[in-house]
Amino acid sequence: MSSVAAILPASSASSSPNLLRCHLIEARHEFLRLLRTPMFCIPTLVFPAMFYLLFGVLMNRGHNAGPFDMATYMLAGYGAFGVMAPGLFGFGVSVATDRDRGWLQWRRAMPLPPGAYLVAKLAMAMLFAAIIFVILATIAITVAGVHLPLTAWAQLFAVDVLGVLPFCAIGLFVGSAVGAQAAPAIINLIYLPLSFLSGLWLPLSAMPAFLREIAPLWPAYHLGQLAYAAVGQPSTGSTLSHVAALAVVTVAFLVPARRRLARG
Amino acid sequence: MQNVVLQFTDVIKRYGASTAIDGLDLRVHGGELLALLGPNGAGKTTAIALGLGLLEADGGEVRLFGQSPHALAARRGIGVMLQSAGLPETLKVGELLAQTRAAYAQPYSTDDCVRMAGLDGLMDRRYGKLSGGQQRRVQFALAICGRPRLLFLDEPTVGLDIEARETMWRTIRALVAEGCAIVLTTHYLEEAEALADRVAVITQGRIVAAGTVAQVRARIAHKRIRCVSSLDAGAVAAWPQVRSANRDGERIEVVTDAAEAIVRRLLAEDDSLGELEIQRAGLAEAFVEITRAAA
Repeated sequence: MSSVAAILPASSASSSPNLLRCHLIEARHEFLRLLRTPMFCIPTLVFPAMFYLLFGVLMNRGHNAGPFDMATYMLAGYGAFGVMAPGLFGFGVSVATDRDRGWLQWRRAMPLPPGAYLVAKLAMAMLFAAIIFVILATIAITVAGVHLPLTAWAQLFAVDVLGVLPFCAIGLFVGSAVGAQAAPAIINLIYLPLSFLSGLWLPLSAMPAFLREIAPLWPAYHLGQLAYAAVGQPSTGSTLSHVAALAVVTVAFLVPARRRLARG
Repeated sequence: MQNVVLQFTDVIKRYGASTAIDGLDLRVHGGELLALLGPNGAGKTTAIALGLGLLEADGGEVRLFGQSPHALAARRGIGVMLQSAGLPETLKVGELLAQTRAAYAQPYSTDDCVRMAGLDGLMDRRYGKLSGGQQRRVQFALAICGRPRLLFLDEPTVGLDIEARETMWRTIRALVAEGCAIVLTTHYLEEAEALADRVAVITQGRIVAAGTVAQVRARIAHKRIRCVSSLDAGAVAAWPQVRSANRDGERIEVVTDAAEAIVRRLLAEDDSLGELEIQRAGLAEAFVEITRAAA
């Protein structure tokens, strides 16, 4: 076959692929995929900011009862509400879609580094959480009149960016279990009631006693309490107990999800 | 040709009560193209999934480059084009290619991939905006971009126009000439005839015929005689050694194991007989015959 040389170029010498480069490309592409999916990024970035502007700034007439500073309290609450979304939707909907359409199977057959897919998704969920933090903090400082010491800002940032992790695990579990058609509905059914029942929209103290009592069942409650504590607003329970609860949730959803995904 | 890149030894795969792969023995050597043929549900795709480590064999052994198909080191030598790849629709073709090339130590350059798979003008397009045929070309590019030593192609040319198919065939031949082994499943028998060094016919999870295209074809002794004739096809069909005879307009078509004797008799009985053609059975006939016999 005379055209072989023309069709197949000679190989260049090198032994194994650069794994760091694989991961960086993967992370960049995950970011591009999210950015090019308006159904993901608009609600994720706009809703927390919109709610905060509406309830924390425009409708906040300075009714600051006792220890509550509503603008600060809502900064923490809507922050927790906001960072749940990249975890739940970024994992739940996109994993279900990638699994349904055969992309995950193709990846398992090809020599792509096995962990890169989840690591990239995790990195992007944390990046989106950081962006949500920055958007809310900007609103808080410029129009909501929130004043916080630097250490409080740093703590809230850590709570928001790390707080995305248990919701990544829940999202991954849903994504590994249901199809692409059902995933968005199921994630919404988890997301919205969970944030309400966990006191991220209304203070728990304004809710019926029954809802107050079961609130510690919800992972978002623990994230909320950590966020309120970070900015010096009233919260219950110790930091350690909330962190432990979130860690348990993360592992409890991550382990079966990984098992399901490995089975295909 | 002696280096075995993929080996199935007495492999069994069950789905519940049904046995999808029933004692599969198969070797693929470097630099050969093996076409896996068989009716739908015969086990072709299951066999490929076992070779890729996507499924676990219930019995027997699958070795990829002498290792478990799960070993990343072994999989770095392969490229894969599955029937449904479901690549992310929001990524551009160039991004998908860059991501896949990065997973290999010595990939072909981007320009070479574009040329070998016919991706001109597609690199800045989003995958989800491409036509079905264009998506197949992208999947092919991703399969070959890593300079694989073993390439799995599951129905690669479905939905391609003739020009794109020619490009793919040309690249496939060049890869084989370079020493790449290829396992190809296809419904298009002319594709197997055009490309394959070896053919394995699989039915109900077993290899029922294997060999070169010529060998498999030779298992079917009969030949096809076509001619313009006024003879009654029904009467010809009743002649000894005639398998079938049918009228097609002014022609009759006779399938027989004894072409010479039948041609002599046709000429003797019809003075006006013309445009005589005799053909060996193609792979298509061989395939139908073999799978029918095995059923």
